Amino acid sequence: MRRFLVRRFLFILLSAFTVTIVVFTLSRTMGDPLLLYAKEGYGRTPEQMDALREYLGLNRPLVVQYFMWLGNALTGDLGNSLVDRRPVTRLILERAPATIQLAIAGWALATVIGIPLGVLSSVKRASIWDYLGRTFALFGQATPAFWFGIVAILIFSVMLGWLPTSTRPTDVPLTTQLKHFILPTVVLAWGPAAGYLRLTRSAMLEVLDSEYIKLARAKGVTSWAVIWKHAFKNALIPPVTVSVLLLAGYLNGATVVELIFAWPGLGRLALDSLYNNDFPLLTGSVLMITLLYLIAYFISDIIYVILDPRIRLN
Amino acid sequence: MATTEADLFAGQETSETFGSKVWYVIRRWPVVPIFILAVLLIAAIFAPTLAPHDPIKQNLRSRLAPPMWAEEGSSTNVLGADHVGRDILSRIIHGARISVTVVVIGLTAGTLLGSAIGILSGYYGGIVDEIVMFVVVVWIGIPFLMIALIVVSITGPSFGVVMTLLILNAWTGFVRNVRAEVLSLKERDYVALARVAGASTPRIIMKHILPGVANTIVVLATLGSGTFILTEATLSFLGAGIPPPTPAWGVMIAEGNNYLVDSWWIPVFPGVAILLVVMSLNFVGDWLRDRWDPRLRQL
Repeated sequence: MRRFLVRRFLFILLSAFTVTIVVFTLSRTMGDPLLLYAKEGYGRTPEQMDALREYLGLNRPLVVQYFMWLGNALTGDLGNSLVDRRPVTRLILERAPATIQLAIAGWALATVIGIPLGVLSSVKRASIWDYLGRTFALFGQATPAFWFGIVAILIFSVMLGWLPTSTRPTDVPLTTQLKHFILPTVVLAWGPAAGYLRLTRSAMLEVLDSEYIKLARAKGVTSWAVIWKHAFKNALIPPVTVSVLLLAGYLNGATVVELIFAWPGLGRLALDSLYNNDFPLLTGSVLMITLLYLIAYFISDIIYVILDPRIRLN
Repeated sequence: MATTEADLFAGQETSETFGSKVWYVIRRWPVVPIFILAVLLIAAIFAPTLAPHDPIKQNLRSRLAPPMWAEEGSSTNVLGADHVGRDILSRIIHGARISVTVVVIGLTAGTLLGSAIGILSGYYGGIVDEIVMFVVVVWIGIPFLMIALIVVSITGPSFGVVMTLLILNAWTGFVRNVRAEVLSLKERDYVALARVAGASTPRIIMKHILPGVANTIVVLATLGSGTFILTEATLSFLGAGIPPPTPAWGVMIAEGNNYLVDSWWIPVFPGVAILLVVMSLNFVGDWLRDRWDPRLRQL
């Protein structure tokens, strides 16, 4: 078990390292950072430009620049944004709460809908519940999130006028704020809920088919206990590991959903930095996104080991 | 009195009406999804003949024309027209071409690449396998959407770039599943026997391993095709996919988003097209999987 985790941890470290190289290289191909940095200084002489280049360390080889950037990043200094000249870390921290709130809401909704429906669908196999559940799964996995968001706005905001569309204001009562959460949360949760449902259903069907479930039933265990105590516990492994990755994906800033609902989160921050050619902000946010994902990936491995004794004991 | 088999089933035969026969076929075969996919394919092949209008030519007279059944609608633009008067139906029909091309090229390349790497990795094992699996894990950790957006901002949006990105995003899924399959296949007796009989490695792979994983590959490819279309549409929606004015469905939704309040038909119909096609592909994929490869059920 320890070997497995150590191996995984090394994988994650190397992954993070590779991603930083990729992102750094890509960000430098986007254009000469000096021109971006000094774009309002038209009056500069070539000598001044050279001095600035040296001051920023941009005259050194790319490899050296990379390690300078990495060294700073490890101490929490991701540089300043080119657009508003503020530290990237502060910008990221400012945007993080909006993304985290939406991520947790969407994740909770997807889990609460997907897993119980998956269990229901597998236990009442080939019944009307199963067909309804599978139909939902089919729809959920085929709906493009951005289109679903647009249609939801069209129906519930434009036509019915029930729910607001724009950014959530922070200076109004909590109930008004909550209304702003409904549409983005549902759109965010829709597809993953369908995925959960399918995953839980197939895992449950597999377990329900096994010998120890038959034995439990034969010795007279109530069907409630068979389903929830015997089967569900084992069927839970795939959905739980997936759920950690799902939360990580949401924390990355659901770019598309944030864009459609004008949500001031990390996904929008990264998109804006891309459109503004703001490479310190871009590399910073992509680095953040990747690290969050990799950490979650590692946590899901740990949970997997805890839940599945076959790995724990080997 | 001796009961024959015919007697036993006599009652059931008479109760089998035409309706129940039809229902039986629909339940057993994915009739509706295959019909939808057939329509998609026909639309894609015969787009210029089938489409009532030019999908790119602007016509300000029919600007924001509503669908046929609306009060001010006319049969000129069956599903309405967009903000520069292009016919929505014609654009959807031509958009089918884009989607089919994306799936055909992307899936062929992604499948070949991923399966080949998966087979080699599983068959050779050892250091090759370690390296491949490391690359796969690292690859999965890369935030695809952001990297794709960065790459497109450097190169500019084009069909080739989108295809390359989609293929680079798809191959890992094949590697992991095919590799796992090959790992168990290569331990079978018939593979060992082939080796003892002096078969070369290429021959063993082509004649003994490949047929064993073919089902898995086909199922993975079908299940992956829906994701392909969704990813392409998302990229196009974000402006990093197929460049306008090409009528890709994702582009149409992005353009229509600005006219949502007054002209809902511009973004809604292309989305319905995506939904129907992806749903059909997923359905057929599930059906194939249940028949050919139930072990992949957790996908």
